[in-house]
Amino acid sequence: MPDGSTAPRKLVEVRNLRMYFPIHTGLLRTHTGDVKAVDGVNFDIYEGETLGLVGESGCGKSTCGRAVLRLYDPTSASIKIDGVELAWANDDARKIDAAARRIARNATYSVMILGVVLIAVLAVQFEAMARFPIVLLQAAVLIALGLLTFFLTRNMLRKSRARAAGISEADFAPTENDLRRMRPTMQMVFQDPQASLNPRMTVAGIIGEPLSEHTQLSTTERNDRIYELMDAVGLNRDFANRYPHEFSGGQRQRIGIARALALNPKFIVCDEPIAALDVSIQAQVVNLLEDLQEKFGLTYLFISHDLSMVRHIADRVAVMYLGKVAELAPRDELFNDPLHPYTKALLSAVPEPDPVTHDTAERVILQGDVPSPSNPPQGCNFCTRCPAVMDICRSEDPEMKEVRPGRFVACHLHS
Amino acid sequence: MPDGAAPQNSDASDPTVLDVRDLKTVFRTRRGEVHAVNNVSFHLRAGELLGVVGESGSGKSVTMMSLIRLLPMPPAEIRAGVVDFDDMDLMQASEDQLRAIRGARIGMIFQDPMTSLNPVFNVGYQLMEPLRKHMGLGKEAARKRSVELLELVGIPDAARRLKDYPHQFSGGMRQRVMIAIALACDPKVLIADEPTTALDVTIQAQILELVKELRQKLGMAIVWITHDLGVIAGIADRVMVMYGGQVVEEAPVRELFANPKHPYTRMLLETVPSLSGERNDRLQVIQGQPPMLARDPDSCAFRDRCPHAFDRCAAENPLLRDVGPDGHRAACFWDGDTQGEEAVHA
Repeated sequence: MPDGSTAPRKLVEVRNLRMYFPIHTGLLRTHTGDVKAVDGVNFDIYEGETLGLVGESGCGKSTCGRAVLRLYDPTSASIKIDGVELAWANDDARKIDAAARRIARNATYSVMILGVVLIAVLAVQFEAMARFPIVLLQAAVLIALGLLTFFLTRNMLRKSRARAAGISEADFAPTENDLRRMRPTMQMVFQDPQASLNPRMTVAGIIGEPLSEHTQLSTTERNDRIYELMDAVGLNRDFANRYPHEFSGGQRQRIGIARALALNPKFIVCDEPIAALDVSIQAQVVNLLEDLQEKFGLTYLFISHDLSMVRHIADRVAVMYLGKVAELAPRDELFNDPLHPYTKALLSAVPEPDPVTHDTAERVILQGDVPSPSNPPQGCNFCTRCPAVMDICRSEDPEMKEVRPGRFVACHLHS
Repeated sequence: MPDGAAPQNSDASDPTVLDVRDLKTVFRTRRGEVHAVNNVSFHLRAGELLGVVGESGSGKSVTMMSLIRLLPMPPAEIRAGVVDFDDMDLMQASEDQLRAIRGARIGMIFQDPMTSLNPVFNVGYQLMEPLRKHMGLGKEAARKRSVELLELVGIPDAARRLKDYPHQFSGGMRQRVMIAIALACDPKVLIADEPTTALDVTIQAQILELVKELRQKLGMAIVWITHDLGVIAGIADRVMVMYGGQVVEEAPVRELFANPKHPYTRMLLETVPSLSGERNDRLQVIQGQPPMLARDPDSCAFRDRCPHAFDRCAAENPLLRDVGPDGHRAACFWDGDTQGEEAVHA
């Protein structure tokens, strides 16, 4: 575990991550608002460590995990994994790209409409032009022309505007193809092992799929690798040709983990990997994840709502509330001395499996429910439920500050 | 099988309101029988909160559904058992008698409030239905009582919210509505099946606080099914641990957590990491998988995963026996002392 000895390397750097899901209403599906699932999140993950991401359902922790892997197209973000930018190194580049796309789209529409009118006029004027294969040819030419217009306009605009703003071409987000090439370094383990495994593929097929997508291994090499992975996660090799439904929940989660490991990733996002499992099975999977981390030097983003499990597995913990990180701190500091009122309330709400402490523990019971992320409150997003709310909280959104070395809090009480 | 109602507890003064003896439920499936509940006996005293803990498939829900006969009866079959409630054996009761009991004298709260509330009726209608059917209240009286109930469970602006539909409530509020419905007819016994599992921890804390408050006000007996040992520790008076369709341990809550006897209970308590206290580098693991329950148990169900198993565990099925004070009972042949604590940690 990287604890200070030598300055650990930052493997993942996330800056200003925003993920808004647009709300469209009315007959014309006009854009009337956004669900601000993740609203300005910053964090780093050091090589070899586990960052726990906790919060209640709907706070945006899963969205955050997926956006970091670019499974979503974030509204804005700079995400660096192993030094490679996955999103927008430069926020101006994102704006230029969005504008260029918009203009190029409109240009394409104009070309298409003009083209359709032209084809119609031609068909009316010249009977020869209305014949079947000719019309098809015209349509094909028009579609090609439309695509050409889109890409040409977009690229030209992007280039000229980037030059004007002094942004290099490298600051633009990677294309889908480039992203695909980066995927082997970053993988994901999903919450529901039932839903994330294809029921019509065998275990070997599931674990081998990333190998055939991203590598050129021969069949025997590929099989060897599959067996190696099954050994690593504690699955019997004889089960390679079985189907997911033949396994129990814990074993299915092992299949999912083996698949994530197939391409030797550096970084794995574990999205509630144990939430669907029984208590006695949870411990097996958590121990496995820890063993694999040690063996392969993995870095985890461990998303969970189970605070006691996060205390066990994480080195540092980020607490999210309504799309924002409320507090980020090393594990022991966070659990022993929470600074943000929300962290305090969250920790005190966890029922301890000990009847004696239950009677003596002081509890902070939060009133009310989490506000809707499509309409977050003014000021601090926790101000509607905070037991220590002040006037300033209702008007000003607190900034994330490093109040002690390594401890970040977004709260007016600590600024 | 020892008699489940043997009054050995210190608070034995309270009368027993529900007494279940040798309940046995089997599901018939195409792939053979599943023995979901095997000779379960327990009792519930007036005003007591009995926690039932177990993993999924341990038979905790099926036991409770069997005793009010809410299971779909071709696949399920109740092979044996006596359930004494209100001087009546629920296993022999007619469908009409049962209907008069369910929802009225035995209330129920289910895990997922979204699927157990009807989405096409407003909450007021669903609250008033038991009041009018069971208590014979008129429309106005039922409405008044519904408002009282919603206020009781802490829903603000109750009179207006009666007209709202379930989807207009948040998860925690929906569960409050479910509790209000369960409480509508002043039940003697309330069966709560994982009522907080689908909720977030801060909302769960609200609901637990509410239940504690309601118990003091109304004094009904509650059976609380959960897999969360933390919840049990905070709320239960007595705990019953189930494994493989059987009760493996039963004790007052403090006794159980301080002095667990059955190896399964011990290991279960150790697998759960805690928020306070020491942090271990590795989690204690219960190796293996839960049993398949394909046969009538003739040996200990936990044998394959148990570090203390010996010959006798494979030869016969252990029965509950007294292992400690205040009716602390466990179904295990191992006497706990021969190998000491180290064996469990090994």
